[in-house]
Amino acid sequence: MSKYTEDDLREELKTKKYEYGFYTDIESETFPIGLNEDVIRAISKKKEEPEWMTDWRLDAFKVWKEMEEPEWANVNYVKPDFQSIAYYSAPASIDPNKTLDDVDPDLLAMYKKLGISVDEQKKMNNIAMDIVVDSVSVATTFKKTLGEKGIIFMSISEAIKEHPELVKKYIGSVVPQKDNFYAALNSAVFSDGSFCYIPKGVRCPMELSTYFRINQAGTGQFERTLVIADEDSYVSYLEGCTAPSRDENQLHAAVVELIALDNAEIKYSTVQNWYPGNAEGKGGVYNFVTKRGLCETNAKISWTQVETGSAVTWKYPSCVLKGDNSVGEFYSIAVTNNYQQADTGTKMIHLGKNTKSTIISKGISAGKSQNSYRGLVQISSRADNARNFSQCDSLLMGNECGAHTFPYIEAKNKTAQIEHEATTSKIGEDQIFYCNQRGIDTEKAIALIVNGFSKEVLNKLPMEFAVEAQKLLEISLEGSVG
Amino acid sequence: MLKIKNLHASVEDKSILKGINLEVKAGEVHAIMGPNGSGKSTLASVISGKEDYEVEKGEIILHGEDIQELSAEERAHKGVFLSFQYPVEIPGVSVTNFIKTAINETRKGQGLEDMPAKDMLKKIREKAELLEIDRKFLSRPLNEGFSGGEKKRNEIFQMAMLEPQLAILDETDSGLDIDALRIVANGVNKLKSKDNAVIVITHYQRLLDHIVPDYVHVLYNGKIVKSGTKELAFELEEKGYDWIKEEVNA
Repeated sequence: MSKYTEDDLREELKTKKYEYGFYTDIESETFPIGLNEDVIRAISKKKEEPEWMTDWRLDAFKVWKEMEEPEWANVNYVKPDFQSIAYYSAPASIDPNKTLDDVDPDLLAMYKKLGISVDEQKKMNNIAMDIVVDSVSVATTFKKTLGEKGIIFMSISEAIKEHPELVKKYIGSVVPQKDNFYAALNSAVFSDGSFCYIPKGVRCPMELSTYFRINQAGTGQFERTLVIADEDSYVSYLEGCTAPSRDENQLHAAVVELIALDNAEIKYSTVQNWYPGNAEGKGGVYNFVTKRGLCETNAKISWTQVETGSAVTWKYPSCVLKGDNSVGEFYSIAVTNNYQQADTGTKMIHLGKNTKSTIISKGISAGKSQNSYRGLVQISSRADNARNFSQCDSLLMGNECGAHTFPYIEAKNKTAQIEHEATTSKIGEDQIFYCNQRGIDTEKAIALIVNGFSKEVLNKLPMEFAVEAQKLLEISLEGSVG
Repeated sequence: MLKIKNLHASVEDKSILKGINLEVKAGEVHAIMGPNGSGKSTLASVISGKEDYEVEKGEIILHGEDIQELSAEERAHKGVFLSFQYPVEIPGVSVTNFIKTAINETRKGQGLEDMPAKDMLKKIREKAELLEIDRKFLSRPLNEGFSGGEKKRNEIFQMAMLEPQLAILDETDSGLDIDALRIVANGVNKLKSKDNAVIVITHYQRLLDHIVPDYVHVLYNGKIVKSGTKELAFELEEKGYDWIKEEVNA
């Protein structure tokens, strides 16, 4: 690999400046609030999309108009007024006069605990950033290595222009426009997101995260992700950021589609830490996400999620095990504190023979929060010898929170083997005192107990992510036991 | 080292300790015996700072300082250790991880840096050997699925690791078979020095055959009603507690 020189750096710096200038130009154009066909056409035009994409969005909009917002989840919130949202706004701009001193000190304190660098802090708060040699060079080498392997990794807007054949073939193939209310809305108005294609036989040599941790913060409220792993390929994809994201957009409706072709494997890890609202339950993001993966023969998809943020979470990363011998996995930690509400889980749809799925869900409830696991295991009539193992554990802190488990099982094949285990426990005063007596204060004791409880899932995260996630769990539960 | 003066304590408005006086000097072993419900475990909890108990009157002085306002962890940082009668389970947290956290949090409380990993490992090996604990045991989740004997041995292992000034062993002998009792007692004896002290709470004489006390106190109805040397323990073993009760009630 050739060395990264001062000249390269200077070149990068130039580009950066240009980028910022470019964004400032767009910024003056923000669409008025409301949603109709003209707005969708305008979004599509703004993004210079081909006609098929515009039509696809319009189809989604037509379906969405006829749909109703679902009410079956175990959550309560005031429904958003979809006509009072602006569906296109330029990327947040850099305010040259803003410094870190202008940022909420609580937020800064939290960054410090998480070990977020000053530059990342600036980036997340839209403050002009000094270019750090480190992050620039990482980005450059990263792009180069991926390019050599034929891996495509870019924003979905770019992919629509540069790889229309792939996008056209796969977008909506796992989560169709009409799938559900929020997926339809996302299909009509999605702002941006990521696209990733791993060619046949290629093992992606790095976690697709290191670069994006800085660069993807603030992707917007209607994110669209499409990951395609061609035959015999492997990719590990990390999404999200442990840093608390304070987004003014209250509604987030993302769609993620994964396609694992024959013998391919996708590992998709998420840390979700959107603003949960304050301790009184005011504000906070509504996070309504549709995530689904399709497994062809011998393929494997593994979802791992750590959910600590958002006021309301509605999210069920699922696997359609279409091919024989395919494997689906779901590992989840969902933490709710104060007035947060989470209704999350998974769907494992067994269509192929000898398909296997594993579900490990760990729900932690504190404060006055409500935490629900909702899961479906479905075995179709032709799915001989399908197997599922589900384990749903809930940990309660205090007397005012709730933990709920809604497991649905539909088996249409007699050879299916389905196991379900569930436990509910409470952090006991005895456990806390035991730790205290050993010199461990209460905050640390809770962190220790929670980390022990979540260990099976934390172990599934890539190393550097796991350490951050652990810290995040501690911070999310701070002050939850008085 | 420890001076308890006229200590009265209650839990949920029920008065349990009704005027305890006790002085423990460095290098001494004190045994506290007494019938069920006499307040032995309460005394252990109150010394170590469990919040459920309310101290109504009296003083607990450690190294010349009244520790009543200190939290349980602060007392631990000052060298108070309680071997629990019923050690609690912490699923998913290994014995090693737990003790590592306890040591480093204690060091932090004492204004010290974390113990270097190398030293920690060496110490764990050394103390595990002392208590005849095998390597596999150390990676098991704390007290989860442990037998009664394993739990108690693990308590003494933690004591060995933390090297407290004042160790209170609350019925450490219950649930132990003869071999485990010998190992645990042997461990405690090896940890004893002229600088630390041990309070042994027990129902039975048999532990005191192995950990020989300098003083024996009988706790009855929230008060120390009789103190003596190890011979008192033999007498109790032989005659039970009724004669004490009669003496007190007379």
